[in-house]
Amino acid sequence: MRWLGKMLLAWLALTGAALAEHDVDAIGDADRGAEVFKKCRGCHLVGAEAKNRVGPHLNGIFGRKAAAIDGFFYSKGLQRAASDGLIWDLERLDAYLENPKALVSGTRMSFRGLKDPHDRQDVLAYLRGFSDKPSDIPEAAPTAILHEVALPPEILAIVGDPEYGEYLSSECTTCHQRDGSDDGIPSITRWPTEDFVVAMHAYKRKIRPHPVMQMMAGRLDDEEIAALAAYFENLE
Amino acid sequence: MTLNRRSFIGTGVAAAATLSAPMVLAASHGKPRVVVVGGGAGGATAARYIAKGAKGAIDVTLVEPTRKYYTCFFSNLYIGGFRQLASIGHTYGTLAAEYGINVVHDWAIGVDRDARTVSLAGGAKLPYDRLILSPGIDFVDGAVPGWDVSAQNAMPHAYKAGSQTELLKAQVNAMPQGGTFLMVAPPNPFRCPPGPYERVSMVAHALKATNPTAKIIIADPKPKFSKMALFQEGWGRHYDGMIDWIGDDFGGGNVEVDPGAMTVSIDGEVTKADACNVIPAMKAGRICEQAGLTEGNWAPVSGHTMQSRIDENIHVLGDSCAQGDMPKSGFSANSQAKVAAMAIRGALTGSKVFPAKFSNTCWSLLETNDGVKVGATYEATDEKIAKVDGFISKTGENAALRQATFEESVGWYAGITADMFG
Repeated sequence: MRWLGKMLLAWLALTGAALAEHDVDAIGDADRGAEVFKKCRGCHLVGAEAKNRVGPHLNGIFGRKAAAIDGFFYSKGLQRAASDGLIWDLERLDAYLENPKALVSGTRMSFRGLKDPHDRQDVLAYLRGFSDKPSDIPEAAPTAILHEVALPPEILAIVGDPEYGEYLSSECTTCHQRDGSDDGIPSITRWPTEDFVVAMHAYKRKIRPHPVMQMMAGRLDDEEIAALAAYFENLE
Repeated sequence: MTLNRRSFIGTGVAAAATLSAPMVLAASHGKPRVVVVGGGAGGATAARYIAKGAKGAIDVTLVEPTRKYYTCFFSNLYIGGFRQLASIGHTYGTLAAEYGINVVHDWAIGVDRDARTVSLAGGAKLPYDRLILSPGIDFVDGAVPGWDVSAQNAMPHAYKAGSQTELLKAQVNAMPQGGTFLMVAPPNPFRCPPGPYERVSMVAHALKATNPTAKIIIADPKPKFSKMALFQEGWGRHYDGMIDWIGDDFGGGNVEVDPGAMTVSIDGEVTKADACNVIPAMKAGRICEQAGLTEGNWAPVSGHTMQSRIDENIHVLGDSCAQGDMPKSGFSANSQAKVAAMAIRGALTGSKVFPAKFSNTCWSLLETNDGVKVGATYEATDEKIAKVDGFISKTGENAALRQATFEESVGWYAGITADMFG
């Protein structure tokens, strides 16, 4: 009767996969998102008449290359992220709304971020309505969210060992300068610990684009990232 | 005369010759002594990291013949006209003044491993508890038939930066219209694997502006080379029809040169060259061989500490060592120097030692704002330094990414030279 067991396993695998396919939620509540978006409207417009203001208009933001609207003056940081390959998909938009500076160092979007994931999801559901939809073009970005990018509190709570950080930092300072100069390569000194840790994990998970940083962060464990953050935060 | 750091700083060969060994010994005050031979990416970094970390508890002496050190990395950009020579020249004043390193401008000519001393051409003997050898490369005698260092004015190698680089650039600029630039490329392993091919790109860039009908021929003993697809795509895009690469399959390894006649025979066919860059096969800097630390052409080391496998009191860094998977590059030497510095401080002063980690990235410039890169991370195993993960630029990348890659390389240059020279 072993074949029966095998068939059962195969059936479970199939239905499991099918279930997994449906294990997604709508991005959020677009109507509520329209309310949340009022916080953004001072700088960003969306809709038929939308023009660039302090920030670029947000029509067609899903699937758009970062810093891609002609005639809008983007920060050096956002231009750098764009040339590294940043594309505004759901995951990156969510990360950017949560903490703009964690995703794009040096962005001029001086907004603290939406810390409540529901606020972000709702506002993204609202904005999704102003981008191309899968019903119109099949290859458009999905309209559902699969998982979150926030770091668990225990990772943020790790207190780094600055002495270990100093040793590890010697790998960073071959490119990033200790004095904070940022020509061609961004400055990494004096960052708040949390921003540093979040940015490094964003590279490690390949949410932030840049092959060198993805590789360097990829082999650092949670303790090592915390140690580096502790060292660079207090670098004179 | 009592010797102190200040009077030692900047003493030349002649002054160093007047110093006797006991005077040098007297400067140590019983502190552990580290002597570093070679002031490039390996040696300067190691000296600085030991001095910085030990805060005066270790006496560090750096032996480097040149007062102004020109980095090999970015010297191709000078040939292409993208950098001034002065911008790749560095001095040792900060290492001496701010880090208290004894900088001795002299040649190390021998190591007495039993007595633990290094002798200098000027006559001094430097005692050490730990010795770091980071002398870069020398050329294998007879590697290119017809060429030896006495021919390096007619056919420069330009693989140690400085006057050789200036000479090669001048010869490229002096080529007649429609003339031929010929490069004899080296066999593996050699310093800076993409270096010869970046150089060809830079020569092509210079010729395109002033001498567009000129030809470039590369005679190569290898069947393939670093970032080959990226270089060949770039050459096709920017310098179409100008560059001929003759690999091993077509006799590129069967070469003989005549520096007097300025001719090169490639697989029996003789070509007249208007400028000829001969990059011979390489070996560890001669001092490694003199110290008896080499097996074959290179000095084997342990990846955990960069200690010589033959003498545990000596660490060999950078191009000279045989360590495993890392390419011979300034970035690699700088990375290895930090591991050695940590191990030496641990051994001499008991400071904390962490597991060795290494990394490397090599950027190359193909044409204005068209930069590419290749890199990897490494770890130490008992057997060797082993590759962990890597990446390489892709063919067909957009112009913005290529420009960002070039700008990143400029930032890296500022970063690594600050890391080396303070």
